[in-house]
This record gives sequence, structure tokens and C-alpha cells, in this order.
Amino acid sequence: MVSVATRAAIDAEIAKMPEKRGALLAALRLVQAEYGYLPPEVMEEVAQIFGLHPTEVFEVVSFYNHFHVQPRGRHEVNVCTSLTCSLRGGRGLLRQLQAYLGVRAGQTTEDGRISLGHEECLGACGNAPMLRIDDTYHLDLDWVRTQQLLDGLE
Amino acid sequence: MGHRVPHVTHYLTEHFADPGYTTLSGYRAQGGYETARRVLAEQSPEEVIGTLKNAGLKGRGGAGFDAGLKWSFMPRDQAGPSYLVCNADESEPGSFKDRVLMERGPHQLLEGILIPAFATGAATTFLYIRGEYAEPARILQRAIDEATAGGVLGSNVLGTGFAHQVVLVRGAGAYICGEETGLLESLEGKKGQPRRKPPYPAECGAFGRPTTVNNVETFCHVPHVFARGVDWFRSIGTEESPGTTLFGVSGHVERPGLYELPLGTRLDEIIFEHAGGVPGGRKLKAAIPGGVSMPLLPAGHLDVPMANEFLREHGSSLGTGGVIVMDETTCMVRVGCVISEFFRDESCGQCTQCREGTGWLHKLMLRIERGGGTEADLDVLEDVAGKMEGQTICAFADAAAWPVQALLRHFRSEFLEHVRAEKCPFPESFEL
Ligand SMILES: Cc1cc2nc3c(=O)[nH]c(=O)nc-3n(C[C@H](O)[C@H](O)[C@H](O)COP(=O)(O)O)c2cc1C
Ligand code: SF4
Ligand code: FES
Repeated sequence: MVSVATRAAIDAEIAKMPEKRGALLAALRLVQAEYGYLPPEVMEEVAQIFGLHPTEVFEVVSFYNHFHVQPRGRHEVNVCTSLTCSLRGGRGLLRQLQAYLGVRAGQTTEDGRISLGHEECLGACGNAPMLRIDDTYHLDLDWVRTQQLLDGLE
Repeated sequence: MGHRVPHVTHYLTEHFADPGYTTLSGYRAQGGYETARRVLAEQSPEEVIGTLKNAGLKGRGGAGFDAGLKWSFMPRDQAGPSYLVCNADESEPGSFKDRVLMERGPHQLLEGILIPAFATGAATTFLYIRGEYAEPARILQRAIDEATAGGVLGSNVLGTGFAHQVVLVRGAGAYICGEETGLLESLEGKKGQPRRKPPYPAECGAFGRPTTVNNVETFCHVPHVFARGVDWFRSIGTEESPGTTLFGVSGHVERPGLYELPLGTRLDEIIFEHAGGVPGGRKLKAAIPGGVSMPLLPAGHLDVPMANEFLREHGSSLGTGGVIVMDETTCMVRVGCVISEFFRDESCGQCTQCREGTGWLHKLMLRIERGGGTEADLDVLEDVAGKMEGQTICAFADAAAWPVQALLRHFRSEFLEHVRAEKCPFPESFEL
């Protein structure tokens, strides 16, 4: 069951929209923040809140990159591999990260600390190469700085 | 931020160095919201739209459609609500202007929203922002809350009796939600798959209601048009494309960043004078004028003024003004691999030509890059790209085909070199 606080936050999002379903993405974001991912029974509960069939919720979840149906690491580390970052070494950075963490992009470290991934342009091309750790952008990176950032993660 | 030529008019970013400008009081200290108050109190919606049409402001989201004309499509006589949507999905590789406009000038954006909201009679603006933009979303929500508490938004906007609210909606990671009807689907809590048109959003948009979608930057120009007048606005830029725009320059340049310059500024001036040229004494090989969807231009074609009417003659387009520069070490087949990977990953999958075509383009590019390609593969690339163009529900498939066609048009010999050498002849190029 989603917590009382999350449920209240979902209701507040619903109140902002002309139709209930307009708050579905916001609700999924809130629920995922509580559980770290979207377990099936939680998606069913969301479906119930919105008066939708569970498959309608699954479909939406699978369309968007930010929703996860498997448990994730404590931190999301996503390297930008679009054109400008690639031109300035972004893919090299990703290769080094994979070697350093011992996982491929798309995987989570064994200690559950980091889920490594790559993303398309994050709108910070003027500071390439860059990556995103959870909600924070880190800009103008080289390998030394990237390593420091990783080592600083709990 | 680079504003290196002092005489250049830069009105959008004029106060961006001032952190106080992001607060309501700081914005008001610069005369903020005075223009909206005056326009809402003194003009009729028809007058507002008339002024905007005369100004000739073109949309800055990629397609360059006339903003005033778009607003005039909104029905004025229907019962029930109509909506405005601010497209803050900015995901075109090479673009980063909207993020800075939201982070440094959130109230400028809100003031830019209020004027067309009044002119189109919209009750609500949905500000749809890509999910990755957590920091801009936080800054915007704070600005919306402050504006609501300060009587700038709400039931009596700036004391004029007009009612308007702005609702911030966050995306969840899907490039296609930047396409305006994909955005509308996402706003309604669905998969962001573009709709067939017609009906157009002005007829049936968000939640089945008349809706206008504009880009963040488009809105930001609006208060300045009304503050200083149509003649002033048209004195900047070109005849067909008035005003400034934020050119985002990235890639192999000395000073990457945003440069607010008049539309029609020459591409080589932007790259060499403003962004400092290519580092390390290397030569420039090619540049993309407006985000990866726009066909690239080889070094010999860079004296083009950056406005659609001129770029069109070179087979390209302004797009989002995101200039990506590539130096002489760059392998153009690798560029093709990176761009086509993006389109393969981001196709929404509704149209067969797009879903299958983007996969093929990427597969062929990789094969050629790795030395396994044949001359016939080049024809297949052209054939696949040609079949994707103009055949699909949205313009994404065109955007995927154009860069490939431009690469083959200008750098066919490089593709052939890969085929003949059976490997990449550019060992110095960026890592793939
Ligand atoms: C595939 C695709 C992606 C798009 N992405 C964006 C985007 O991220 N931001 C944006 O403002 N417009 C984007 N557009 C353009 C919008 O569909 C729409 O034309 C624009 O938001 C209208 O605003 P404007 O008239 O102010 O430019 C995209 C279009 C396509 C076909
Ligand atoms: S062209 Fe591509 S992105 Fe656009 S609707 Fe068709 S499949 Fe989706
Ligand atoms: S290409 Fe990496 S932020 Fe744009």
C-alpha cells in the first residue's frame, strides 16, 4: 500500500488536472520515489486510484525511460552519449565507468550502490561531456573528476 | 554566456547574470510584469494578436511557424475552457537554450505566457517540462508559487480581472513528447505517441479542448515585443525572421555556450568570432546548424545567414539553433552512427517506416563504420531514408532521414573510403 503521504501528494496532483488521468505520470513518479521502483502490486494500486485497467498503467510505465519495474541501485548514474558529448569524449567516459564499476550500461553494481546507464542529450551540450547522478547534472567532466564523483556516492 | 560584441541587442538574456532576477521582486525591479499588466488592462485580445502578427515572431521550437498566426487559429466563441501549452521538453541533441531561459529568467517566461493566454482566452497553461530537468522544474515551481501568491497569476491577474493559472507537468524520459501531439498525449497521462492530424490542437488539443502549443523561447520574446514595439522588434534580425535567438554552440569550439544574437547572423561568425573557433589549430570539417535533426553543412557552406529563408537554400534549416561543430579529426560515419542510434532509440514505434527504418539506418551505419559495409549499402541507406520521408504520422521520421541524406550528399567519399579500406580511416576521431 502506498503511504498516506504519497497518497495525499497524488490527490494534490489529481486536483491540478482537468481529468484525473492527467496526473498519472506524476503519481507514478511519486510512488517510484517511495519504493525505488514500481512493483506490480503497486502499479495495480495506482490503476485502482485512477480507475484504469492495470495493463493501461503497465503500458504507460513501459513507454517512459524513467520508470523501472525492477529494483534499482541507490543512485542512478547516466552518461550522455548524444552527439556533442560523444564528440567531446562522452562514450570514452562511459567505457571507463563500465570498467571501473564492473558493470555494463543498464546494470546495477553488486552492492546495490549504482545503476549505470547512458542517456540521450540532457540539454547541457555547452558543458560536454556531462552526466547525471540522480537529479543533479555534473558538467565539463574528465575521468579524474568523474571518479571523484563516483567515490563520493554512499 | 558569451556576449562578446557590445552593440548586439540581447534582450532575452540581458539580466541573466543577476541571480535576483529569478525572484519576483528582482524581476519587478527591472520593470517585470509591467508590460503584461498594461497589455491586459488596455488592449483587446484581437489587438494583441494583431500586434503579434505584425511583429512576425516565428516559433523557436524547431518548425518556425508564425506565433501570432497560430494564436489566431484559436476559436473565441466556444463554451468551455481552452488551453495554452508551454513546450519545455527540449530534447533535441544540441539544444540547451530553454533550460537556461527557465533557470535564469522564470518570470520572463511567465510574463510571456500571460499575454497570449489573455489573447487566446486560455484558462490554464500547462508547462510540460522534460523529466530530467529537475532543477529548472524546481526554479519554475518556485516562480509560479511566488507569482500566484503575489497576484500575478490566479483569479485576478495583475489586478486586471483576467484569471489564469500555470500548471507545471513533468515528463518521464521520452524524446517524442517534444512533438506537440505526443506532448498532449503525455499530458493526458498516456504514452507519448503523436496523434494523426487533423484535427489540429487549436480544434482538439489537450483533454479534447482547443489548445495552442508554443516553445519556451517563443513565449520569452513576447513581453519584449510589447514593451518596445513592433518596429523595434523588426529592426533586429532579418525581414522574414525578426528578433534575436539563443544560439547554443557546442562540439569542437573554443568557447561552447549560448549566444543571443540577431537571426540572420552568419554561421561562420557565430562559430569563429563568438565561440572562438576550433581549438588546437585544427580545421573545421562540418557544422550542424540547428540540432541533430537538421542536415549538416560542410566547411565550405558556413557563410550562410542563420535564418530559415537562407538555410533552406543550403538544404538545411534553423531548427532549434543548436550549432554543433566538428573538426577535421571527426569521422562522419561515426557521426552517422551516433545520430541514427538516437533516432532508433527514440522512435515511438507507431509507424512501420519509422520503427523499421531507424533500425536499418543505424545497423547500416555501424556496419560501414566497422569495415563490413559494401558500396551497395550506401544505396540502401539512401533508399531507406527516402522511404521514411513524408510517410509517417509525425515529422520524427523526416528528422531521422535528413541527417543521413546530408551525410551522404556531402561526405559520400568518406563512406566509400570505409568500404574500400574495410575499416575506419579516422583513428584520431572521437571514441564511438
Ligand atoms: C520529433 C519532434 C520533436 C520535437 N521536440 C520539441 C521540443 O523538444 N521542444 C519544442 O519546443 N518543440 C519541439 N518540437 C516542435 C513541436 O512539435 C512544436 O512545433 C513546437 O513546440 C511549437 O512551438 P513554436 O511554434 O513556439 O516553435 C518537436 C517536433 C518534432 C517533430
Ligand atoms: S514517425 Fe516515428 S516517432 Fe512519429 S509517430 Fe511515427 S513511429 Fe512515432
Ligand atoms: S549532447 Fe550531451 S548534453 Fe547534449
